[in-house]
Amino acid sequence: MSGIWQHWLRKLAVFGRSSTEKGSDKTWKMASVYLALSLFLSCSLAVAVEIQRPRGVSLSNRHFYDQSKPFTCLDGSRTIPFDRVNDDYCDCKDSSDEPGTSACPRGNFHCTNAGHRPQYIPSSRVNDGICDCCDATDEYNSGSVCENTCRELGRKEKEILQQRAAVAQQGFLVKQQLIDEAKKGQEEKSRKLAELQESKDGKEDELEALRTVKEAAEAPEKEAKDQHHKAWEEQKAALRLEKDKARMALAFLELDDNADGLVSVEELQTHLELDPDSDGTLTEPEAQTMLGEAPQVDQTAFQDIVWASIKDKYQSETEPETPSQPETPQDPPSERLPEEEGEEDEEEEDEEDEDIDAEEDGKIPPVVSQTEKPEKEEEMPPYEAETQALIDAAQKSRDTFDEAEKALRDLEEQIRSLEKEISFDFGPSAEFSYLYSQCYELTTGEYVYRLCPFSRVTQKQKFGGSETNLGTWGSWAGPEDDKYSVMKYEQGTGCWQGPNRSTTVKLTCGTETAVVSTSEPSRCEYQVEFTTPAVCQEPKELDPASHDEL
Amino acid sequence: MEQIQTVTTTTGESVVPGDEGKDKFKKCDQIAFYRRQKQLAGSVRYHALLDTLEVSETHAELQLQHTHTEARLLLQVCGIKGGAVRVKINELQPIRARYEVPDVLIGEPVTQRLRAEPGGGGAVTLSAEEGGFQVRIRGHPFLLEVESEGEVLVSVNAQGRLHFETLQTPPTQGVSSVDSDKVVLHTVDPSHDAVEHLSSKRLQGLIKGSYSICSQACVFQIRNICMETNSDFILLFQGEDSQGLWKEEFKTFLDVKANGPSSVGLDFSLHGFEHVYGIPEHADTLRLKNTRAGEPYRLYNLDVFAYEIHSRLGLYGSVPLLLGHRLGRTVGIFWLNVSETLLDIGNETETESSLQGPPQKKRREVPCTELHWMSESGVIDAFVLLGPSPLDVFRQFAALTGSQALPPLFSLGYHQSRWNYEDEADVLAVDAGFDQRDIPFDVIWLDIEHTDGKRYFTWDSKRFPDPARLQRHLQRRSRRLVVISDPHIKVDPDYPLYRDASEQGCFVRDRAGRVFEGSCWPGPCSYLDFTSPHVRDWYSSQFALNKYKGSTDALFVWNDMNEPSVFDGPEQTMPKDAVHCGGWEHRELHNLYGFYQHWATMEGLIRRSNGTERPFVLTRSFFAGSQRFGAVWTGDNVASWDYLKISIPMLLTLSITGISFCGADVGGFFQDPEPELLVRWYQAGALQPFFRGHSAMQTKRREPWLFGDENTRAIRDAIRERYRLLPYWYSLFHRAHCHAEPPIRPLWVEFPGEIQSFEMEDKYMIGNALLACPVTDAGVTEVNVLFLGSGEVSLPVCLQFWYDIRTFRRFEGGTNTSVPVTLDSVPLFQRGGTIVPRKTKAGRSTACLSSIPFDLTVALDSEGCAEGELYVDDGHSFNYRTKQEFTLRRFTFRNKTLSCSCADEKGQFQCVCSVERVVFLGLEAKPSAVIVQQGSGVREKKKPFRFEEETSMLTVENLKLKTVHSWELKIK
Repeated sequence: MSGIWQHWLRKLAVFGRSSTEKGSDKTWKMASVYLALSLFLSCSLAVAVEIQRPRGVSLSNRHFYDQSKPFTCLDGSRTIPFDRVNDDYCDCKDSSDEPGTSACPRGNFHCTNAGHRPQYIPSSRVNDGICDCCDATDEYNSGSVCENTCRELGRKEKEILQQRAAVAQQGFLVKQQLIDEAKKGQEEKSRKLAELQESKDGKEDELEALRTVKEAAEAPEKEAKDQHHKAWEEQKAALRLEKDKARMALAFLELDDNADGLVSVEELQTHLELDPDSDGTLTEPEAQTMLGEAPQVDQTAFQDIVWASIKDKYQSETEPETPSQPETPQDPPSERLPEEEGEEDEEEEDEEDEDIDAEEDGKIPPVVSQTEKPEKEEEMPPYEAETQALIDAAQKSRDTFDEAEKALRDLEEQIRSLEKEISFDFGPSAEFSYLYSQCYELTTGEYVYRLCPFSRVTQKQKFGGSETNLGTWGSWAGPEDDKYSVMKYEQGTGCWQGPNRSTTVKLTCGTETAVVSTSEPSRCEYQVEFTTPAVCQEPKELDPASHDEL
Repeated sequence: MEQIQTVTTTTGESVVPGDEGKDKFKKCDQIAFYRRQKQLAGSVRYHALLDTLEVSETHAELQLQHTHTEARLLLQVCGIKGGAVRVKINELQPIRARYEVPDVLIGEPVTQRLRAEPGGGGAVTLSAEEGGFQVRIRGHPFLLEVESEGEVLVSVNAQGRLHFETLQTPPTQGVSSVDSDKVVLHTVDPSHDAVEHLSSKRLQGLIKGSYSICSQACVFQIRNICMETNSDFILLFQGEDSQGLWKEEFKTFLDVKANGPSSVGLDFSLHGFEHVYGIPEHADTLRLKNTRAGEPYRLYNLDVFAYEIHSRLGLYGSVPLLLGHRLGRTVGIFWLNVSETLLDIGNETETESSLQGPPQKKRREVPCTELHWMSESGVIDAFVLLGPSPLDVFRQFAALTGSQALPPLFSLGYHQSRWNYEDEADVLAVDAGFDQRDIPFDVIWLDIEHTDGKRYFTWDSKRFPDPARLQRHLQRRSRRLVVISDPHIKVDPDYPLYRDASEQGCFVRDRAGRVFEGSCWPGPCSYLDFTSPHVRDWYSSQFALNKYKGSTDALFVWNDMNEPSVFDGPEQTMPKDAVHCGGWEHRELHNLYGFYQHWATMEGLIRRSNGTERPFVLTRSFFAGSQRFGAVWTGDNVASWDYLKISIPMLLTLSITGISFCGADVGGFFQDPEPELLVRWYQAGALQPFFRGHSAMQTKRREPWLFGDENTRAIRDAIRERYRLLPYWYSLFHRAHCHAEPPIRPLWVEFPGEIQSFEMEDKYMIGNALLACPVTDAGVTEVNVLFLGSGEVSLPVCLQFWYDIRTFRRFEGGTNTSVPVTLDSVPLFQRGGTIVPRKTKAGRSTACLSSIPFDLTVALDSEGCAEGELYVDDGHSFNYRTKQEFTLRRFTFRNKTLSCSCADEKGQFQCVCSVERVVFLGLEAKPSAVIVQQGSGVREKKKPFRFEEETSMLTVENLKLKTVHSWELKIK
């Protein structure tokens, strides 16, 4: 024992000198008093104090520091006289000779912290003027006044630990229930899924039967309808032909200025609108060509040779204001409407139906206004009663079929969503399954945050404003040994000049299921603290006497 | 009005103003006074009226006369002690006083009497009694030459570009009569006038609506009256003012010039010089470029968002000091003008003929740099600094504008900043994060979001409910908090600071005399008129600890946006026709605005401690002399390798123009740096004077430990090395404070005789001892280093040695070497002949260093000698000057003996730290013994040592030699 005391004594002397330049007398006096006092204490308490060890050495390491022997660095690299331990000069490469000073670069200083937890601090923090150890032992020569706060800290920590243990205890019980419920729920779901599957099989058969019925009804319907349409087309064609003929006759009469029953080149030339090259003059050769190289034509020849080529351009003298109607009318306006919408929405919906784009390419001129008034005579006559009956019957079977098909789709949708739910990773004992399709809110100063586990996280301004998606369910993202402690939500709304928003949800044990805090540690990267009993672990026995040393 | 992106969203989030690209700022041809100066300069002539010469104790003066208009100017020439000539030109009898820059010079320069002698040939010579320089003035045409040692260094007006726009009586402009319902406005040139009747309603519409359709000056002129009379009136539209004499338009902004044209311009020829430097702030090369073919360098303080590299647009601050350097001589030209200034630089060669011998043979081509300075207003007040060495020029400049304030030690540590640390918990977590990873740091910063709605001097009570407690927490770890305080004050009658400032009339006014309002972070703002001593005093008093709620003595300040930045102003700054105290237009003093805020803030911090504690204030905008107030950073840079690379010449340029305490945002402010870039930036930043990591709101978090262990380790090492080197940095700052030597300097400053050094800008010297070669490219595995000092060109002839501080390998001057680098290494070399003090370890903050012993690295030169010094004081108070509490030690190694002696007997500081270890580099042979003698008469003591044959490195440890004692260490 004397060795190390002598060593400390020397140190005390060194420090005494180094800390003051003048008045060393006083320091010496103080040192002597201290010395006397410590000798007294050490003698009287020699039995109580278990053993002395150099400053900064933990109880478990004390056997390496035997003052009666030279000291060997813990890595075995060197052996030095014991008085060079804690002499404020680093001898060992592994820093082990200076456990109680800041001399070594990578040393560790041990504070006992009686009343709280013992702790190692980097030895660079010894006497650096900042209190690190709660027992204040790291600042023994820096002039800093540090208080021993270990007891207070220990008490507080104990309280917190006790609280936490109580919560964990309670939470763990809830968790057991959750697991039971989840188990039941899972069984229920599996059962329901099987049920649905079964019902789906039946529905599919049923649908096939209905399809046959429908198709059987549709065949005669089609035949009857086709017949009706064909008759109507023929009737229309005849009507058009008649009209055309009438126009031709009128044109012939109008052109035949001299009423000789023949249309001549000169007569044709009076109708400038017929000019084939639209250069403003209808020349003689042009007219000649139109007349089929004949000097003049009678009505029959006019009908056969000339009319077809001029009828689109020909303007009747009696009704000069009306432009000639194209013989083949455009599609009825009702069918053109989608195209107009398509044009208007072009910018917003670039990827509209392709056929609309294709039509656009054709650039149909805006003749829509002209075709808005289809000629009334071209209305199809209603179906005959017999045909209508066939149609009604077919429609009925179609409706029945559609209904059944929809029911099947609904069923399939139910199966899919159930399968999805079953496939989710709800934790090792499905303890998180109760969170499915639930949402939890937290209102902060400005926003309402909403966490819907396994779905998404959103943020909404407290007073109005639209919802911002902070991420949709991505995956469990805890560390390998604690995967279910963190949830990751990704690909939320994009940020200005930044990434898509994302959220990390940290799960901690609590008796309640609640969002307890939110933050945005990095721009557009959110963090949510979420308590749930589902992560509560069975508390180990509280060990208040966990001090391994005094 | 310009389209500016909404600045404040409804949620109070801050958004960066829209980046309209380069169009936001003027090109030189959009600057009216530049066009006029360029057009007219050279075509006007001035004669010096030599018979009007008068010589007084302080100066010589004579009149200059314009050859055509006969307008007279007054030329004053002063010989300044220490080697400078002041050339001042003003109107002989201006109709109104012209603006003469106050407060930049630390006092009236100490002059010496000039002796006038007729110079023959219509010239007069003014000779200085000391310093060996002369000024020769020729009469017809006016030419002024500054001669030293028989050689003309600088000629003034050799190109005949003296152009001085004399103040004119304003044309009868303004309201001449106010009828009951009619207002008539007369304008300059009636021949171009158009008359238009406007209903008040229409006019109101013009005023309220977009200014772009309201392009005529008159509408502005009568705006007031319009409001008052609310009646019909007649407008006489003025004809086009293409010269921009009385008004000037830019984009949708109109500048009405109350005093009309008032620009000044003058040329300087630097004979024999082809390398010129200085005139920050531009994101450009160290060596200034010839601007004959492009834009001139512009000095106009502007808030430039993610500024373009190699642009000559003026950035946040200005120092109109240009340095010329050639073999054997360094000169400086300081153009003391705070209005918008442009500098055209031309490199020419001129033929020098010798008097002896046949002319053909003796003629030789000599380079010459021609400078054409132009300023929008004020007077001509220029200083020619004569050198002859670079350090002499720095001293001469500091004698005029002051030297670097001695920073508190903590401010040389590492600063961790971000826009924004969210709340108290965030700050505490970051603080703990550094300790957890054992990374030293000293200061954590809060940007604008810490305030209550960008009302400076307030706190967001949700995020920072108890700021004083937060500061105390930091203080327990010897750390500090820096908060932002900008010059714009939110217009809000419920904001006490605004109310108080309004009542006291502290705001800048617009041309109509009302309080100016512009848009900045908080939305509509008014701007404190820091040019007023009263306002500065008022502002300083706001920092009193009992006034600034939630502040403690651990809080320091940061001034941003003080160009000033006005989001909806022309070029995003204040309109030039805004009016300051004394009736001066903003155009007269624009470049001084940030300087004044910086000053007032510094004063506030000094005052709150009753003058005992050194302040720390960082500013973005600055002017010559800002070094007296604190630190400067290079503003909003970008996280890319180019910006890392350009930060070095930018900081070197600031350093040689007096702004020694400067830095760039580590990592880059905008965008996210890749980890390698971040590591390299930390390594580079650790070797720069001001060392702060900062990032914008839109970036990802980037605290040093977020990029994996390898990167964290590399960053930690860089920061720790910085802390270990702080005794050297602090001693360098002491030299900057006392001797105006910048801590970091271009290589040509240390090797003025080596032409190879003149354009080096990727490597530089820290003090005279360390050569820093930061890595500024991705994927670098080796760095090529050219070691200067071959011994052939320098005087006295001696070969320079260099030592790699990691491997201790020695290199010789004149050699070229590739040094291998890894991610965690930064090439750093110590120059032979120097001694560098370090700490043996890095503490966790600068305060912890005080107990850590020193470590000396003695690098021998070719003669086996070395020298260095160490300055120590308490690191935070003014006691170093009020109570002489400092110690300055000199270390000398000569005759194989290292001695520590006192270098300033006045010093009284008791430094408790000892020298623990000494490393000698470059010894010839292994010593037989190392002997220490501490104090005279004390017994000599042998010390154990280690010698490494391969590198000839001798290490002596466990010395415990008192720093404040004299001692010797002998190598036998």
